[in-house]
This record gives sequence, structure tokens and C-alpha cells, in this order.
Amino acid sequence: MIQDEIADEEVELLLNDIVTTHGYDFTSYSTASVKRRINRLFILDHFKDFEDFRKRVLHDKNYIRRFVQEITVNVTEMFRDPLFYKLIREQVLPVLATYPFIRIWHAGCSTGEEVYSMAILLKEAGVMHKSLLYATDINPGVLDQVTRGIYPLRSLRQFSENYILSGGKKDFSSYYTAKYDLAKLDDELRSKMIVSTHNLVSDRSFNEFQLIICRNVLIYFNKTLQDKVLDLFDNSLEPRGFLALGSKEQIKFASIGKKYEQLDPKEKVWRKLN
Amino acid sequence: MEKAKLKDDFPVVMVGGSAGSLEVVTAMLGELSNTRVAIVLIIHRKGSIYSSLADVLNVKTRAVVKEAEEKEFIRPGYVYIAPADYHLLIERDGSFSLDYSEKINFSRPSIDVSFECAADVFGSRVTGILLSGGNADGVAGLKSIRRAGGKCIVQNPGSALVSYMPMHALSELKPDKTLDSAEIADYVNGIP
Repeated sequence: MIQDEIADEEVELLLNDIVTTHGYDFTSYSTASVKRRINRLFILDHFKDFEDFRKRVLHDKNYIRRFVQEITVNVTEMFRDPLFYKLIREQVLPVLATYPFIRIWHAGCSTGEEVYSMAILLKEAGVMHKSLLYATDINPGVLDQVTRGIYPLRSLRQFSENYILSGGKKDFSSYYTAKYDLAKLDDELRSKMIVSTHNLVSDRSFNEFQLIICRNVLIYFNKTLQDKVLDLFDNSLEPRGFLALGSKEQIKFASIGKKYEQLDPKEKVWRKLN
Repeated sequence: MEKAKLKDDFPVVMVGGSAGSLEVVTAMLGELSNTRVAIVLIIHRKGSIYSSLADVLNVKTRAVVKEAEEKEFIRPGYVYIAPADYHLLIERDGSFSLDYSEKINFSRPSIDVSFECAADVFGSRVTGILLSGGNADGVAGLKSIRRAGGKCIVQNPGSALVSYMPMHALSELKPDKTLDSAEIADYVNGIP
């Protein structure tokens, strides 16, 4: 009989096996979402049954890469939530511009659209030369895309609307070169990016930053892991540093909540108190 | 102890709609008097910059309407709205979670995603109601609710502003009831 769905206990078993065999720990992810992603992959890759799937995940070194890529969500866009970027442009960058050196960490940067958005803001604020943008993700596959900076041309056209809503005044097409149906973002935007794998579940802090951006990553984690990652961010932020999360993410129920003030009630950007 | 047990047994009403469904939902909430149920609305809409649908609906009803927040526990007497541009999922412990993955049936939030989660978690306690709309979302979700032992309701296409979605549902399954828009509130109020 062909199995049509992976059950809860099987998901749990598989995730525990993956920790032991490959070191990737998805056991603290929100179950409903992980289960959907696993079932989606199970159907997409035409496995016969759970054992067939499990064997492949555990023993095929190439397949685990695909597994990580497909289980994590890599949907993103440039200047996503334009008013968020407007606030970064108007309230955060003017503060950062007064520092001799700016270090920004994009944690869970996925395919890099939001990192390039930040690079554009830094360039327009005239502070690119003294900035470093650390772009990290658990998934090595998406980081190749960050390094290439090549996206479908039709997406770029759609991103330009977001750019304008975020307060952008330039001709957005001046930031990329189009060829056929692809667009390559300017090398200059990438010149201050440091791209590397980093696993928020198991890896530690690696620097001190003035701004940490982690958008729509925490929604996939359970409460315990959310708190742990927020502590990691807190330990990686300088005093008076800024923390930026996704539009449905919160710190008010976490232990670090009291140490931060929100800049604007509508946008998820906080500043660390002294 | 007894109280906790009762609290865990409340019925869950999942309502999915697309084009032309907001009027039906508004009318239903206006007549709503059943506080034993938890209601979850998955309404397709253009991702507005700030979601004000909860505010709009709140003035129409005695129930508390709010956007579902991630990690929030679903409770009876509340009407939850799936936030614009996120899929709304439900965990085993009855808490909501959000997901920004690919659109499903060209939709985010997708009715199928929320209906399937609800079926998985609440089983026969779920009633799925599919309203007016112009796409095929929601039908797979209704089928999972059916498989889990829950009830399936489809708006009568004749009373729907956009009949494609309920018609498509009727071509794929036989619901427990087909209701005119004006009958939906009565039905929900009658859920024990």
C-alpha cells in the first residue's frame, strides 16, 4: 500500500534521527509547519513509504542538503513590508551613521533579498564604506544565491514598488543589470557582505552588532527556542543596539523583553536600553 | 478539573471565504450569540499594509474579534482572523502558528492549510464553512474535515456573490448542509 501521509510520530522519529546523523536540529521547530513541509517533500519526491524516505534522508549525503533546503521556508522579497524599511531609513540609519563603524547581522537571511535591500539603504545613506553586513542562514544552498545576487527580472520589477513605498527616491533599475529574464544586482551592493552558514539552534554569537535583523524566522520556532535565540541576539547586540523582527513577531513575552523599547508601535524594531 | 475538561471540548468553527465573503461573515457575526464555539476566519484579501479587518468586524458583533497571534491559544467565545499574507496553522496543543511559505491555490492565507490543521488537531469538533469566492481553495480542507469526522457546510452558490468556490466544493463533495448566507448565523448559533 502506498502511504499518503507522514504521521506525527514518524515526523518526531525522523527529526531525532537527523540530529544524531547530521547535526541539524529541527526538533524545536513548530510542529504543524514542519509536518506540512515534510509531507510536501515526501509527496514531491515520490517516496513509497516512510521507511523509504527515512533511509534516503539518513544515508544520502546529497539528499540531506535538499531536505534542509525544502524544510526551511525560503520565501522572501526585497523591501518586504516597505514601512518597516522606511523606519530603518528614517530612524535607525541616522543613529548608526554617527558611529565610526557599522556592523549589521541578517540572521536567517534566506536568498538575500532583504540583505540587498539593506545594502541599498546603506548606500543611499552614504555609509556603505564603513559598514559590514553579515548574512547568515542554516541552509548553504540559499547562501550561494546571496553571493550571486541574481534574481528573476519580474520579481525585481515587483520589488521596485516596495522600494518606492519604503521612501526610495532613485530609479530602482539603476541597481541592477537585466539580461534575458534575469537581473543581477550591482557588485558594489555585495562588496560589504560577509556570507556564511550559521545555525541559530546550535551556533553561538560570533560578534557584536549595532543592528540585528531576523525577520520571519522565529515564527517557525517553539517558545523555548524563540527565547534562546532572543537571548543569543541580546548577547550579540551592543548597548543601545537595534533588534528588528518580522511583522508578526514579538519580544514582549520573552525574558529580554524588558530590556528593550519599541521605536514605533506598528513596526517590530526595538532598541536596547542602557 | 471538570472545568478544564469542558474547556478542552469546545467546538471549533473554521470559516473560509474569498471574493464576496466579507459581507456574509459580517452578517453572520452580527447575529452571533453562541459563545461556546471558537471561530477562525480565513478570508482572502489583498495584503493591506496594516490589517484592520479585526477592527472593522469588531464593531459588528458582541464576540471579541482579533487577529490570531502566533503561540496564542485558541479559546471559545473568540473570533480569530488569519493575518494577511501568512498561513495560519494550529499546533497539537491548540495554539496558533504562522507560516510565510509559498502561496497555496494562489492564496496566503490558504483556507486549505488552516482547515487541514484544524481537522488534524480538533477532529470531529470542527465545522468547516466554505463561502463565496473565485478560486479552488478550501475544498481539500473540507475533505480533511470530513475525513476527521467533522461537519462540512457550503454556502449555497445561488446566494453567493461569486459562486465558483462553493460550486467547485459541491462538485467535489456532498456537504452536511448547503446554506443561504442568511442561514449561516442560525446554524452556528445552534452548534451545541
